[in-house]
Amino acid sequence: MFRRLAGAKARAEVVIDVDGERVVAREGDTLAAAMLVAGCVPFRASERSGAPRAPLCMIGACFECRVEVDGAGSRRACQVVVVPGMRVRRSRAARPGA
Amino acid sequence: MGGKGTDAIVVGGGLLGAAIAWGLARHGRSVRLLDEGDDALRAARGNFGLVWVQGKGAGCPPYARWTLRSAAAWPAFARTLAEETGIDVELRQPGGLKFALDEREWRERAATLEALRFALDGDYPFEMLDAAAMRTRCPPVGPAVAGASYCPLDGHVNPLRLLRALVTGLIGRGGTVEPESRVTSIAVRGGVFEVGTVRGRCAAPVLVLAAGLGNRELARRVGLRAPVGPNRGQILVTERLAPFLDLPTEFVRQTGEGNVQIGDSMEDVGYDDRTTRDQMARIAERAVRVFPRLAGVDVVRAWGALRVMTPDGLPIYEASSERPGAFVATCHSGVTLAAAHAGELADWIAGGERPADTGAFVAARLRAPAPGGA
Amino acid sequence: MSERTAGETDVVVVGAGPAGMAAATRAASLGLRVRVVDEQQSPGGQVHRGVTRGDEGVGPRFGDEHLRGRELVRALHASTATVEPGATVFDVDPELGVAVLRDGIAHEIRARHLIVATGAIERAVPFPGWTLPGVMNAGAAQVLLETSACVPSGRVVLAGCGPLLLLVASQLADAGANVVAVVETTGAIDHARALPGLPRALATPATFARGLAWLRALRRHGVERIGGIRSLAAEGAGRVERVLVGVGDRAREIAVDTLLVHAGVVPNPQLARLMRLEHRWDERALAWRPRVDAFGRSSDPRVSVAGDGAGIGGARAAETDGAIAAIDAAHALGAIDARVRARLCAPLLRERRRHLAVRPWLDALYRPPGWLVDPPDAAIVCRCEDVTAGEIRSVARLGVRGPNQAKAYTRCGMGPCQGRVCGTVVTTILARAAGVAPAAVGYYRIRPPLVPVPLAALARMPGGGNRRDERTGGAM
Repeated sequence: MFRRLAGAKARAEVVIDVDGERVVAREGDTLAAAMLVAGCVPFRASERSGAPRAPLCMIGACFECRVEVDGAGSRRACQVVVVPGMRVRRSRAARPGA
Repeated sequence: MGGKGTDAIVVGGGLLGAAIAWGLARHGRSVRLLDEGDDALRAARGNFGLVWVQGKGAGCPPYARWTLRSAAAWPAFARTLAEETGIDVELRQPGGLKFALDEREWRERAATLEALRFALDGDYPFEMLDAAAMRTRCPPVGPAVAGASYCPLDGHVNPLRLLRALVTGLIGRGGTVEPESRVTSIAVRGGVFEVGTVRGRCAAPVLVLAAGLGNRELARRVGLRAPVGPNRGQILVTERLAPFLDLPTEFVRQTGEGNVQIGDSMEDVGYDDRTTRDQMARIAERAVRVFPRLAGVDVVRAWGALRVMTPDGLPIYEASSERPGAFVATCHSGVTLAAAHAGELADWIAGGERPADTGAFVAARLRAPAPGGA
Repeated sequence: MSERTAGETDVVVVGAGPAGMAAATRAASLGLRVRVVDEQQSPGGQVHRGVTRGDEGVGPRFGDEHLRGRELVRALHASTATVEPGATVFDVDPELGVAVLRDGIAHEIRARHLIVATGAIERAVPFPGWTLPGVMNAGAAQVLLETSACVPSGRVVLAGCGPLLLLVASQLADAGANVVAVVETTGAIDHARALPGLPRALATPATFARGLAWLRALRRHGVERIGGIRSLAAEGAGRVERVLVGVGDRAREIAVDTLLVHAGVVPNPQLARLMRLEHRWDERALAWRPRVDAFGRSSDPRVSVAGDGAGIGGARAAETDGAIAAIDAAHALGAIDARVRARLCAPLLRERRRHLAVRPWLDALYRPPGWLVDPPDAAIVCRCEDVTAGEIRSVARLGVRGPNQAKAYTRCGMGPCQGRVCGTVVTTILARAAGVAPAAVGYYRIRPPLVPVPLAALARMPGGGNRRDERTGGAM
């Protein structure tokens, strides 16, 4: 989906886990940015139609980038900054009964 | 607004008005449903969605019987609506639980329900479940709950779909829904009611006032009384979850969409329909206590809405003797009683017999200081 | 009530963009106790996003603006205002108790005066296929470029209207993205409509210089520009693969990997609506805006709205708005008298007029066309609940006149975004279906929580200990 620019400033690597896959992000990335660069798309499925969805706005307004972060609720990936060891689950359907 | 050939005008586009209007349309009546605008106070929009029997009518057996009959009529009612409109109102009647947080509450509940069963000559199904029996019936309940009462007739529906289905059914039978038509005047000429609204006039020989809190003012104009007042309820709704709660409880239910709906506040706060954080916190705290697994679940919506309450909580269904053809109807159980409203109550307004058990539901009972508890 | 109050302060500023930063800094300088609550990890807002994080190696958007952002952040940090980052306001009660969610925990700040500086969001432009992965707002790509130094891979098309569309196209092309086309709704009619506003707009030549630079960049990169389009749709299996545009009488198909859309920005309505502030429909901007006076004071005298949240004016105007609102708040709280307020505000009000001079021309030129704001039946309008424009129109035929009845019947606006995305569109569809003005249709009634809040956080909220009778009875 997205690619890092060759001229991007070097920053520390942050390794996170998305659905069991190792994803290497860059320090300071939002989770949404890290997932878009790693090609973790779609982020979720519409609960009503099952259609695939991915971020629209990146400013916290559209709620299309919701994923499960470290077991907690559904978080807007664009508002979460990656930290090492973060475990992310894409919500393909509604989460199993709490 | 012409008014040619209108048989009945129903004032109020909530669940009660829409149920009566649809019921009248099923009698072949030509019906105009007058409604207010988008920002009207609407109990129908804030409804919790229970078809609830248990505990209703404690101290008033006729109300218990009226409720029982409506709950029993619900499956056929929902089926007819689906056939006429294609809208599934998501009726489920698997029985419902009402929790008791401690031993004392459990015993009091048992006594109340026993008394009700006795008053109804034993025709009142319920079970008192101890902690173990309750968890068998409903495994997600947490350790803080002592037990529950269970009534097999309880259930739930999607109240918003119900309103849409009633309105769709009404229009399908040639009725009209007229929004932004707040009633400003009612006159009677030659046995015909002439109703003025902010948009125009219409006339019909039958006038049904089902305007919720608006009835308080409107009823007087046809020689009736509807001493109703607002009572606020607040509701929280969570994100969608996979099904985990297969029967409704009196303050938590999982909807057909997967959201969990939580709420039970009863607040005497006038016409303020806002949410408040102390009530939201109380409701959330109680939900987590009863269902600990909900702790980490997100609340995505909340709302407050105003119930339409009489001083004793019981309905008023009354025909005007001063202005024949005028009726007033008010209640705070628009979902549970919808089947009875669209059926027996509409039959009465259409010229039939007054439904059994409803004879006491007239405003005259409220002249004396009202006994509590519906 | 004091036991339920986690903290009390003179002024709470919500949002740390240009308006919020300027407001907080100025209010603090006038001796007020100020607390800024901002959703982002560091101040800057959308326009100065992450300015203090340092250069991403992608080049600042425009040098002077970038520097301006750093100055604002520096001044804020040098002031006595307290900044609470990573914090989201999810409720404000009638006593100005501001409920904040931070790291999954709720707390409350009691304010004597509230300055809402929650800025703008990109206008939602529903068209068939816009929910496909790979279709994003142009602003979203800009965020990714400026904070994570990344660009869309593969073929990129930008579609819609507005300065940001051209800016982002040039930024992406400069950064090395494969921008194949910019597809604009703007055509000859729009230029003609905008003409009367041109002389006033020319008073701010810097705006034009910037715009021309973007267009030169697009030419240099060989980006095709298609103007005056009459329809837009995206298609693909599981993600966007092509964009279909109507040009004149023909349809054109362009293969894409990413489609970026933009049709201007509108005030973020949530907080002002939650507080039930009076709003008016701005027909020029095709958007709601809260009713405010010259100082930004809303219909609630304890609440000011500053910056793009009160009506789109851009970053510089927002900054002056913020300062004006702060001075006015100091007056409201008794720190300065009316004469001092007038003296302090006079130069700022002049400056704001200058910054706003270009708006009538921009609004007229980049006015989104009717087919974009009143989308075809097949377009999903409410993305959270998958409600199409056609469903909204069908309930209009059941007597639905406003968004709240539409919401009750269709679930539009009931999802987690609470109608942020679809609100303006639903108002427009209902207004046009009934042939009335949007002002007569109204807007969603916004309720807390403004963002999802875990049940446990609500339960543990200050005030949650205020238990009443547990055995309240009866469902509604």
